[in-house]
Amino acid sequence: MMLADDDWSAIRLSLALAASSTLILLALGTPLAWWLARGRSRWRLAVAALVTLPVVLPPTVLGFYLLVALGPDGPLGHLTERLGLGLLSFHFSGLVLGSVLYSMPFVVQPIRNAFLAMGDRPLEVAACLRATPLDAFFSVALPLARPGIVTGAALGCAHTLGEFGVVLMIGGNIPGATRVLSMQIYNHVEALEYAPAHGLAAGLLVVSFLVLLLLYRLDPQSRAGPGNR
Amino acid sequence: MIGARVELHKAGFALQVDLALPASGVTAIYGPSGSGKTLLLRTLAGLERHASGRIAFGDELWQDDQRRLFVPTHRRGVGYVFQEPSLLAQHSVRRNLEFGLLRTPAQERTVGWDQAVELLGVGPLLERSPAALSGGERQRVAIARALLAGPRLLLLDEPLAALDLARREEILPYLARLQRELALPLLYVSHQIEEVAALAEHLVLLERGRVLAAGALVPTLARLDLPTAQEEHAGVVIEARGDGYDPQFALARLSFAGGSFELARAPIALHAPVRIRVQARDVSLALSAHTDSSILNRVEATVVQLQAAANPANVLVRLDVGGTALLARITRRSQQQLGIAVGSRVWAQVKSVALIA
Repeated sequence: MMLADDDWSAIRLSLALAASSTLILLALGTPLAWWLARGRSRWRLAVAALVTLPVVLPPTVLGFYLLVALGPDGPLGHLTERLGLGLLSFHFSGLVLGSVLYSMPFVVQPIRNAFLAMGDRPLEVAACLRATPLDAFFSVALPLARPGIVTGAALGCAHTLGEFGVVLMIGGNIPGATRVLSMQIYNHVEALEYAPAHGLAAGLLVVSFLVLLLLYRLDPQSRAGPGNR
Repeated sequence: MIGARVELHKAGFALQVDLALPASGVTAIYGPSGSGKTLLLRTLAGLERHASGRIAFGDELWQDDQRRLFVPTHRRGVGYVFQEPSLLAQHSVRRNLEFGLLRTPAQERTVGWDQAVELLGVGPLLERSPAALSGGERQRVAIARALLAGPRLLLLDEPLAALDLARREEILPYLARLQRELALPLLYVSHQIEEVAALAEHLVLLERGRVLAAGALVPTLARLDLPTAQEEHAGVVIEARGDGYDPQFALARLSFAGGSFELARAPIALHAPVRIRVQARDVSLALSAHTDSSILNRVEATVVQLQAAANPANVLVRLDVGGTALLARITRRSQQQLGIAVGSRVWAQVKSVALIA
């Protein structure tokens, strides 16, 4: 089956969105998970609840508020315009922002659990061997949390690939700019073009499966299975 | 000197101590479970952020609330061996050992790689993963790792507690070597009096977060007013020296201030310092020298103190043997029948003498 140019462009866009969102999510989510797991601030629980909100809210709610905030009259819109970035809504960077917020809990939660599970002891050991807290974070905590980070990355990536509601609200459906794979499938179905819809849907299914499988295979713990750690 | 005046309230428990510990030799922190031994050690290491007070190591301040000073653990230069061997599981033994070494400036390294590896006998384990080691091996690696980070003070939190008896006996000689060969002050937490008696020169007695006694090991263990005297295995430690060997009966002779004992064991080098332990329950008293008894070791002594024992049938007797203290636990009835009182001259018959170091 041949894919049309706009199909390829939607695929490229989805992959770019998934890759950039996952990288940003790991960069932001890991320190955030650390703070949520080990911080002593009284705001910790409130922030944890805030980060988890996208799990329970319909994506349209998040998308709607983002649209308002990023628009010309919204606070973020004002900010981005003043910074000379223009408006992010109906723009690829707006999609990235939406995906990052929407997928955040799926990345933060497993990493936070990994940090909680290791307890204080490994960090105390590191401190007694002259490691500064930052050094201990990178040399001891991060390697120990690797299974959680791998899981977080896999979930964040897969979740972004399947993104629909938030993208629709803040990105619209602009070919080559914000029309991602899920949107393209929707368009095909709307137009009763079931053959290309099938092709893209099956492709997304297979690719998502392979991404998850690959990430799990990279993790020695999930490969070893129970009782073999 | 290590000065620690600290207070720490945690989960309904209060640790409140004011200690001046010698910055040399082995100091045992001894007490029943839940007496705050571990908490004290953690506080010294800077692992308990909520402890308040003042901690000084020599002329260096580690914590002083009045000056809002708190030196974090990684800058105190302490080695810490945790109760359960806490190796970094994702690293090989070699990389565990290197972890602290690589973070220690060359001029602060006190124990060389070869010395640490040899002292703890971890050479054959270097390429193994922590998961493939026995509990005793892991603990030896943990001690070597702590040494390689150039500590100025080594804190050992019941390093043998998680091990079975055979493993304990495997590690104790390593610890004794450590003490002999390194000029490194050791704080050793334990609730096993045998370990304390074998290793320590100083003793801190903790109970419910308070210090009951702190001082040199030998005189402290001879005190009748402390709970140590009421323990089943209460007894004294005597510093003695090798004093010849009787090949005919295969007995080694040890002498100490005020007397000598003979032991059924291999010869001990002449004048070599050894440590022996005599338990109170193994000492019986007689008013005359019983030459018709099978008990080998008999010394003449003066009763200096009597103390009721926890068991109402018994009484604890502290004896002076020409400058060496001995404890005896006898029945109250025997004490009254023999008329033993402070000042009595008696013969102490010692049924068993243990060579501990």
